[in-house]
Amino acid sequence: MEVKMAVGEVYRVSGPLVVAEGLKARMYDVCRVGEEGLMGEVVGLVGDKVLIQVYEDTSGIRPGDKVENTGMPLSVELGPGLLKSIYDGIQRPLPVLKDASGDFIGRGIHAPGLDRKTKWEFTPTVKKGEKVSGGDIIGTVPETEIVEHRILVPPRVNGVITEIYEGSFTVDETVAVLDNGTELKLYHTWPVRESRPFREKLPPVVPLITGQRILDTLFPVAKGGTAAIPGPFGSGKTVTQHQLAKWSDTQIVVYIGCGERGNEMTEVLEEFPELEDPRTGKPLMERTVLIANTSNMPVAAREASVYTGMTIAEYFRDMGYDVGLMADSTSRWAEAMREISGRLEEMPGEEGYPAYLASRLAEFYERAGRVRTLSGSIGSVTVIGAVSPPGGDFSEPVTQNTLRIVKVFWALDAKLAARRHFPAINWLQSYSLYADTLNEWFVENVASDWSELRTWAMEVLQEEASLQEIVQLVGSDALPESQRLLLEVARLIREVYLQQYAYHPVDTYCDPKKQYDLLKAIKEVNDMFFKALEAGKLVDEIINVPGKEEFARAKFEENYKEVLEKAVETMKKALLG
Amino acid sequence: MKEYRTINQVAGPLIFVEKTEPVGYGELVTITLPDGSTKRGQVLDTSKDIVIVQVFEGTRGIDTGSAVRFVGDIVRLNVSYDMLGRILSGSGDPIDGGPKIVPEERREIIGAAINPYAREYPREFIQTGISAIDGMNTLVRGQKLPIFSGSGLPHNDIALQIARQAKVRGEGEEFAVVFAAMGITNEEAQHFMKDFERTGALERAVVFLNLANDPAIERLLTPRMALTAAEFLAYEYDLHVLVILTDMTNYCEALREISAAREEVPGRRGYPGYMYTDLATIYERAGRIRGRKGTITQFPILTMPGDDITHPIPDLTGYITEGQIVLSRELHAKGIYPPINVLPSLSRLMKEGIGEGRTRDDHVQWNDQMYAAYAEGVDLRGLVAIVGEEALSERDRRYLRFADEFERRFVQQGRYEDRDIDYTLDLGWELLATLPEGELTKIERKYIEKYHPVYRKKATA
Ligand SMILES: Nc1ncnc2c1ncn2[C@@H]1O[C@H](COP(=O)(O)OP(=O)(O)O)[C@@H](O)[C@H]1O
Ligand SMILES: [Mg+2]
Repeated sequence: MEVKMAVGEVYRVSGPLVVAEGLKARMYDVCRVGEEGLMGEVVGLVGDKVLIQVYEDTSGIRPGDKVENTGMPLSVELGPGLLKSIYDGIQRPLPVLKDASGDFIGRGIHAPGLDRKTKWEFTPTVKKGEKVSGGDIIGTVPETEIVEHRILVPPRVNGVITEIYEGSFTVDETVAVLDNGTELKLYHTWPVRESRPFREKLPPVVPLITGQRILDTLFPVAKGGTAAIPGPFGSGKTVTQHQLAKWSDTQIVVYIGCGERGNEMTEVLEEFPELEDPRTGKPLMERTVLIANTSNMPVAAREASVYTGMTIAEYFRDMGYDVGLMADSTSRWAEAMREISGRLEEMPGEEGYPAYLASRLAEFYERAGRVRTLSGSIGSVTVIGAVSPPGGDFSEPVTQNTLRIVKVFWALDAKLAARRHFPAINWLQSYSLYADTLNEWFVENVASDWSELRTWAMEVLQEEASLQEIVQLVGSDALPESQRLLLEVARLIREVYLQQYAYHPVDTYCDPKKQYDLLKAIKEVNDMFFKALEAGKLVDEIINVPGKEEFARAKFEENYKEVLEKAVETMKKALLG
Repeated sequence: MKEYRTINQVAGPLIFVEKTEPVGYGELVTITLPDGSTKRGQVLDTSKDIVIVQVFEGTRGIDTGSAVRFVGDIVRLNVSYDMLGRILSGSGDPIDGGPKIVPEERREIIGAAINPYAREYPREFIQTGISAIDGMNTLVRGQKLPIFSGSGLPHNDIALQIARQAKVRGEGEEFAVVFAAMGITNEEAQHFMKDFERTGALERAVVFLNLANDPAIERLLTPRMALTAAEFLAYEYDLHVLVILTDMTNYCEALREISAAREEVPGRRGYPGYMYTDLATIYERAGRIRGRKGTITQFPILTMPGDDITHPIPDLTGYITEGQIVLSRELHAKGIYPPINVLPSLSRLMKEGIGEGRTRDDHVQWNDQMYAAYAEGVDLRGLVAIVGEEALSERDRRYLRFADEFERRFVQQGRYEDRDIDYTLDLGWELLATLPEGELTKIERKYIEKYHPVYRKKATA
């Protein structure tokens, strides 16, 4: 009988899939394949064969090559040094890979997620003799100018502190010792496919303020909530995700570039250090972790990248922070699953995706949430996933399975994008199941008539849509005057309110107060228009009223309020005398 | 090196070889036929029992008695600066009757991924001299911008015009061109070659030709060969390289053929589920790298089957490339060259390449306004078809005319007409001036006063 050991050999290689034999292994064990020790993960066990997805290009690997099992699941390192980093899908720092192999990513490079040389200033927050358990904070490290890194007792560890030191430490130096002999360091590891524990889930009742009018006003997402952005190519998924990463009011952002373009990650890398967080005034990069496993990087590492990102997000949540996680694009992750599944010769489900697609997606989004952490504070992970449906067809499996899970649907529309209406979010198709709950927050924190205004705007847009159908048949001149005027108001809502250019220095971010002021002003203009109509003014006169251009451009100005007021005055004078 | 005569199956472009020594994944294979001729292949799947090889030149003539040798290396291309001016086959062998290429290096054609951390964001404006591109969907150096075309549309002329006219303003440097033909007709290829010869571009071009009657599976090599050459020239010799890949649709068909022969679970419309990843390993080989002077700008051309932009080939391409230039049969039928439909077209990188100091200060807002106006005009055409032009308001009629003028004057231009960016922008202003000034809500007052023909006339009067 063959002896099973922690070392076996390659039996077969097919793309990213390596089949080993003579290897003792459990599901999800990390293995090293071949002379170069390419990293891989066990994804199947069939008879005496072990199926391994390999995170690097397998060219040159041949039957008989050595396979070693580390016996460990795929894990990430969690500790100071995560922020401002850019990693590949398995947490290898890209700058370290660049130092090792130059501008092109080489193979078989091992690089720990956290730098071993950097010293961090550790200030204990617990004393000798105190009892601590998993998730408790034992001290802090000022990781960046704006983020205090709270050092956690790893989940499932507990005991009484017998030693604790203050001072400067590298991540793997011991900063505290427990009575049972456990040494605590500034970092610990956690398996990426396992969600980190917390005490309880709390209802999501606080909105994530994104500074994007259509999102915050019409289709808000809650902190700890889930949202999906499906859309064909070029409709604005990535720009929206970048906007969210820039302007969301979370303390931490984890951005996962999953199977997308290299330049889009470069853009973030070049831009974020220069951009100022509107709340702290510090560079946005100081609160950001980037995961970049681009489309041309190995497909198995792409599959892992979303879990790597999610685990890092949960870790910051456990410190009591609000974390935003953006994954662009979850479809590429699903495709990676499909590719591996196909190689495993599993029974394919819809469009070749594995039958477990739905459950994997559900498990992933389930890791979002607003929670009471093990240490009793409140933290959240908000998950926003881009979806890239083939041909822009939302009936495909990834979009459909995602929509069954997430609570917010931002439907991107190629038609809007083609006419450069941005963000190209279709206001008739999109929805937010949090809207009612979050209304309360907006009413309390922004304006008492927030809810009415929002409802009014939605009604006008819906009315416009049904009138448009008639216009398509008879032309707008055939409509009654009041309806023609309504179309004009709807146009103002679309062009002044909904359209928001990501690249405009002022309008790229719009705080809730400004959102309210703009919408309120549009409502005021609406009332004025209809009053003028009643008073006998002609629709054409009203539509061409002086002051409208200034009104439309007010949002681009820092002193938008003055501009709005002046424009409204001008209009008033002309229409109502 | 051992020889095996153990082929136990031939299926389409694949051969299955048994009882071999351990063979590496991706290894290069040579097959000697009974008549003494040889073919090349690559290992797609290797195990202790059986090795599956895709044969680039097709399996015709291969029988179970053919001899298979595993070379112990992966596919490489001989690269050298002297490749410039040469014509090579789709798998990299000289076919111009010239001398062998003395290699400076033998490079793997499967390029490793550029580390995203090593990239530099592209932002240098390339003037193509074509208004619909420069004004509406500006190209920058290091971008990958495909042309989505249809059979019978003049995509080749556009590609050639770009190759002839592309320049970065203020620089004398010309682009080197790497041209890869995959499954195009001899006539089409000649069209390219003649133009290259006439304009002298051939001297700074490397041409890879896999024509319609060349082996289909070889097309899987051709773009990778071309990009390997391009990378060598760009990153070792500091050249700015323009890579034209045509026709990617034929490439994808070859990919589908392999997948079908392997009896893989097909993705959409029979194309393999990994086509996205496969195409990405081609298209992502473009860009700029920090600290290196040379760049690679990619112009893939593809013909959309049935003019359908949702077909997997354009669809997956658009998901990877940094925009797309979409050609329209309708505009072509109207006699408009280049028949570029700007509405579905996009340049994702233009925002960094335009504006003050790059093109002109008004360009960004000008672009928004031009798009909005043209889209509105095009929408109205649908209405006119139903209710007639009389039912339109004066305002609407102006938009309708704008759309017509936009196509006839702005988009339409000569094949040898090389328009300066200022000319393009001013031409746009002339069209915008046909709309009531109050409609120009996307452009700030200061630009209107600076560029609107009404104010310019006043200023010069
Ligand atoms: N909010 C926005 N403001 C301005 N431009 C936008 C906006 N959203 C999208 N765009 C434009 O659309 C293009 C495509 O957007 P992108 O997010 O890259 O699409 P996708 O990721 O869906 O393919 C961008 O390059 C940009 O020109
Ligand atoms: Mg995108």
